[in-house]
Amino acid sequence: MSHLKHFQFNAKRRQVLKGLAGAGLTTVMGGFGIKAAQAAGKVTMGFIYVGPRDDFGYNQAHYEGKSALAKQSWIKAVDQENVPETIEVQKVMEGMINLDGAQVLFPTSFGYFDPHILKVAPKYPNVMFLHCGGLYDAKKHPKNVGSYFGYIDEPVYVSGIVAGHMSKTGKLGYIAAMPIPQVLRNINNFTMAARSVNPKITVQVVFTGGWSNPVKEAEAANSLIDQGIDVLTCHVDSPKVVVETAEKRGIYSCGYHANQAKLAPKGFLTGAEWNWSKVYLDYAKMIAGGEKIPNLIRGGFKEGIVKSSPYGKAVSAKAKAHADKVRAQFMAGDFVVYKGPIKDNTGKTVVPQGKAYGQTDIWLESMDWLVEGVIGSTKG
Amino acid sequence: MPIALAPFLIPLSALLLSSVLFGAFVWMAGATPSDVYQSIYRGAFGTWYSWQNTLTRAAPLMLTALCTALPARLGLVVIGGEGAVVIGGLVAALAGIALLDAHPMVALVGMALASIIAGGALIGLVGWLRQARNVNETISSLLFNYICIAILNFLVVGPLRDPETLNKPSTHHIGETHMLGYLGDSSIHMGFAFGLIACLILWILYKHTTFGFAVDMVGGNARAARLSGLPVRKIMLLVTFMGGAAAGLAGMIEVAAVHGRANASLNAGYGYEGILIAFAARHHPLAIVPMAILFGGIRAASDLLQRNHDLPDATSLVLQGIIFVLVLASEAIYARMAAKSGYKS
Repeated sequence: MSHLKHFQFNAKRRQVLKGLAGAGLTTVMGGFGIKAAQAAGKVTMGFIYVGPRDDFGYNQAHYEGKSALAKQSWIKAVDQENVPETIEVQKVMEGMINLDGAQVLFPTSFGYFDPHILKVAPKYPNVMFLHCGGLYDAKKHPKNVGSYFGYIDEPVYVSGIVAGHMSKTGKLGYIAAMPIPQVLRNINNFTMAARSVNPKITVQVVFTGGWSNPVKEAEAANSLIDQGIDVLTCHVDSPKVVVETAEKRGIYSCGYHANQAKLAPKGFLTGAEWNWSKVYLDYAKMIAGGEKIPNLIRGGFKEGIVKSSPYGKAVSAKAKAHADKVRAQFMAGDFVVYKGPIKDNTGKTVVPQGKAYGQTDIWLESMDWLVEGVIGSTKG
Repeated sequence: MPIALAPFLIPLSALLLSSVLFGAFVWMAGATPSDVYQSIYRGAFGTWYSWQNTLTRAAPLMLTALCTALPARLGLVVIGGEGAVVIGGLVAALAGIALLDAHPMVALVGMALASIIAGGALIGLVGWLRQARNVNETISSLLFNYICIAILNFLVVGPLRDPETLNKPSTHHIGETHMLGYLGDSSIHMGFAFGLIACLILWILYKHTTFGFAVDMVGGNARAARLSGLPVRKIMLLVTFMGGAAAGLAGMIEVAAVHGRANASLNAGYGYEGILIAFAARHHPLAIVPMAILFGGIRAASDLLQRNHDLPDATSLVLQGIIFVLVLASEAIYARMAAKSGYKS
């Protein structure tokens, strides 16, 4: 790889990002054959998950959303679990279209998009492919593709506030799959929130290298707890193992993706959750009304796409009050997390004094650094 | 039972018995067995559409099954297909990136060669460790799987990552024009033809050449083979290399026909499923083809079982497991028959 080639790729990426920022939010899908309201029969919608429906995490969150849709009398919702990001998902999408007559598909895993959805969607121009991940680019992607995603780092920030209040040792732990922008942004939000309560707090990060790696997750949890960490959270597909291990070892935990309160009745504090039922019902309403479907849907607390899990028993009144206040600010849309000065954990200034990046700023989507206070490295 | 039909009748009755047991299983799970069978048929073999679905899934499995089946004729149990797929795919992607500006044909041949050499070298190393250091080949090939997956993850997250692949770390793309196409106007990619041809060539090699005869001799009694002047070590290295080369090629096909890049999706379990198929096919290169199609069909049908019968994803694993156990158990019947009649398969 020459330097020249590298430069070209970088330039290309910048263009893509610009395209995302500019066109993405405003374009809408057009030309769909679905007239659900008029049609006598039901509209079939297909959901595809990368893991099990009942994983207490990413896939369960989508399954809950699908279940809300399935209650609509005019919708027939079919779903399939454990579909890997290989040619398998292409075949599953085509199967749902050809054998079940699906007109709307929700392939929910990030890795389903490129190349799989991009390969199948042009073959079925009358089917809508709505992908969870927020990657739509009007310039290069088919018109019958849409994407949706949420700013889950907002409720992660709120979790960080609660964790900051509840920690006695000042040591928090984060078990994460891999150092990609989405994950780093959550870790940074959690850390900055906790340190806004107590600037001495540190967050130790362990990357497991995979989205579903229960054995490594348990090992990481135990080793972090052995090092004196007293609040643990995670960003993996299923937080089950992490939350259960924390409970068993008698420390606090913050959840992710779905509600894990059941798994840790004593130590569960709160968590960042998706609210897909709202997103899916909104899509259904637009489809029923024959409205044009936006190609890109994004939002945080304010749009109702994400939420916090209800506080656990252990959470102090002070922590609740502080967290509620921050959430209210997010709801009002006047809370900016990435406001300078911010240093990364190698001491380099990443956001200078006076500079601020709002929630929708595209710069945040290519994050490759860890904020001051995080113990760990983006090298994994 | 006429002895000539035994190789067909025994596995067939094992399959029949498997379906009876599986029927009982789905009945206990609350579904109607006859409906379930109908869905399996519809999802796997009922229409041209489902055939395409089945054959596409069978494509990598034929190649990964060879990785276990070829060394098995020497008496080796190699389970390193997964690692060979991963390393073959990774190296193929690197070759594809290096040959971005070359003619598509050159790029594809280069990728295929790279993956064959990488996969072959990996399993060849397993064979070498066995014959030179007496390291158990099952354990070493299993451990190599983990090493290869770790190497892949390290490289695609780190030095080889295309910065454009923000949230799913992958290598750079090999170029759309350099991708493997489809067979005719079907949706079955070329990988299927690769698998079919590989099984055919290796069957001819094993059945109709002196090399194949030598392999069977080594497998039958290595010492006797050595005493009769066969280069046992060389044969062992060559056979393990060929097995790994087949699985490595499966990795190249994943990259060149499906993903266009190397990433964690290479590690999708094709290598492990190949072990099952090799055993179910009794390590016969030609029998691998129908077995891979059967297992591909079960995977394809599993989609409908989940969606139309509310059966969990694991249902298809149960069916695979039942088939596997019964086919293996039927081997015992074989052995008894062979002992009685002096018949050798």
